Amino acid sequence: MAVNSAELIEIINLIAHDIQKNRDFLTELDSAIGDADHGINMSKGFKAVTEKISTMADKDCGSILKTVGMTLVSTVGGASGPLYGTAFMRAGQAVGDKQQLGFEDIPILLDAALEGIKMRGKAVKGEKTIIDALEPAVEVLKSSPMDIKLMNAAVKAAKDGVEYTKGIIAKKGRASYLGERSLGHQDPGATSCYIMLSSTYKAILDRNN
Amino acid sequence: MKKIINNPENVVQEMLDGMVAAYPQYVRKIDGFEVIVRANAPIKGKVALVSGGGSGHEPSHAGFVGKGMLDAGVAGAVFTSPTPDQVFEAIKAVDGGAGVLLVIKNYTGDIMNFEMAGEMAEAEGIKVASVVVNDDVAVEDSLYTSGRRGIAGTVFVHKIAGAKAEAGGTLEDVKAVAEKVIKNTRSMGMALTPCIVPAAGKPTFTLAEDEMEIGMGIHGEPGTKRTHIMQADDLVDHLMEKILDDIPYKSGDEVAVMINGLGATPLMEQFIMNRRVSEILKKNGITVYRTFVGEFMTSIEMAGASITLLKLDDEFKQLLDAQADTPAFRQL
Repeated sequence: MAVNSAELIEIINLIAHDIQKNRDFLTELDSAIGDADHGINMSKGFKAVTEKISTMADKDCGSILKTVGMTLVSTVGGASGPLYGTAFMRAGQAVGDKQQLGFEDIPILLDAALEGIKMRGKAVKGEKTIIDALEPAVEVLKSSPMDIKLMNAAVKAAKDGVEYTKGIIAKKGRASYLGERSLGHQDPGATSCYIMLSSTYKAILDRNN
Repeated sequence: MKKIINNPENVVQEMLDGMVAAYPQYVRKIDGFEVIVRANAPIKGKVALVSGGGSGHEPSHAGFVGKGMLDAGVAGAVFTSPTPDQVFEAIKAVDGGAGVLLVIKNYTGDIMNFEMAGEMAEAEGIKVASVVVNDDVAVEDSLYTSGRRGIAGTVFVHKIAGAKAEAGGTLEDVKAVAEKVIKNTRSMGMALTPCIVPAAGKPTFTLAEDEMEIGMGIHGEPGTKRTHIMQADDLVDHLMEKILDDIPYKSGDEVAVMINGLGATPLMEQFIMNRRVSEILKKNGITVYRTFVGEFMTSIEMAGASITLLKLDDEFKQLLDAQADTPAFRQL
């Protein structure tokens, strides 16, 4: 796999498309245990991202990812803006000025994203957050040499992570105020993270075929 | 949804435009940002106070921008924290060289966005400090939650820390007095009806005709319990018990009281609540130094109210009595 800047933009556009498609679903998940705006805000943020990166095909991959991060920070608001914004900015820093990305870059940039989210949110696995989907995925990606099969396994691990959030009590964010009442609900942030990983996998799979 | 709006996407922008049109003598808006600052900002040599949060809590926070209270109010989308670039713009616009205090309500998003803005400002050489308000006793404070929420008590922080800054306090002084207010402020609220976020178009929760929710948050977050509707006195007894239990009070203490309507509760009902509050305080030998009744921290069109008590000392009394002149709070 090799993804150049124009192709990276296409992948991000697919993520944006899938986030828009799940706007109401994410908002509904958030209304059960949060403040009913996750889908609305994420969809607003990725709409701005699509516009912002449309003219960046001649820029390096790091700059594109950093622009995604900065745009999310300045448009999403809430907790998701700083968290996903920091994640994309850190991913951008990790890949630097590369003109194209290979399979080997994926664990590196997702690991940097995960560390960024942990730093910003002061959270760890098991608190019903984005981390419950992202960390298991990153662990899979780092477990053996990277290929499309491993990417698929990572997406599955993220999906299992979303399932796992149903069985735990929220300890971070607005859902933490619910205590045991947060049980039985899947975390909206973990869900949006799974959607993004899954879109990325689909885009890369299409490109490989 | 039945609201006097044009387009749900433009409510914050249009509200701020209308506010600036109403109070040009007090405030102006920063072009391209949802930031309201004092008309004469920055004030050289004075510590500046910046607060903000999601919109929908009007007059908080922009309504308290003016002499003796805030220097800037940053308005996020409805019930959504403003973004770091907005807060950063506010900090830059009001910094008069003596530093900026960020007054943040305790919500995960607000803290992250204000922290990022603070980091950006510090990178530009602006001195920034912050305090986090967490006055809501309805929420259990434990290691396993994000802590108590910030609600109407935040307005006491604006008033007292704002007066300290106006009187020439340093950033350290202003932060210290703000933290002392937070330590001595407790609130609790309840709701009779839900509210509708314009972009969502439908209520975030439902309450039956004969139900009320005790401890409801200002964004419609669930409270401690849902009960059959109570009479005003029983309801106030319940809220006051939780508030008074939370910090030690003794006979002879003095307090400031705030009865805060959440948007759709008439003053008539707020005064009925205050009648009982003053009875309870009298019975406990606690003197009411000042009472504020009205809308300070609303939740769009929610029906309901909160009660806030601030335990006073001499410094607080002096700062509470100091002059303030803002669109939503005037004391001359």
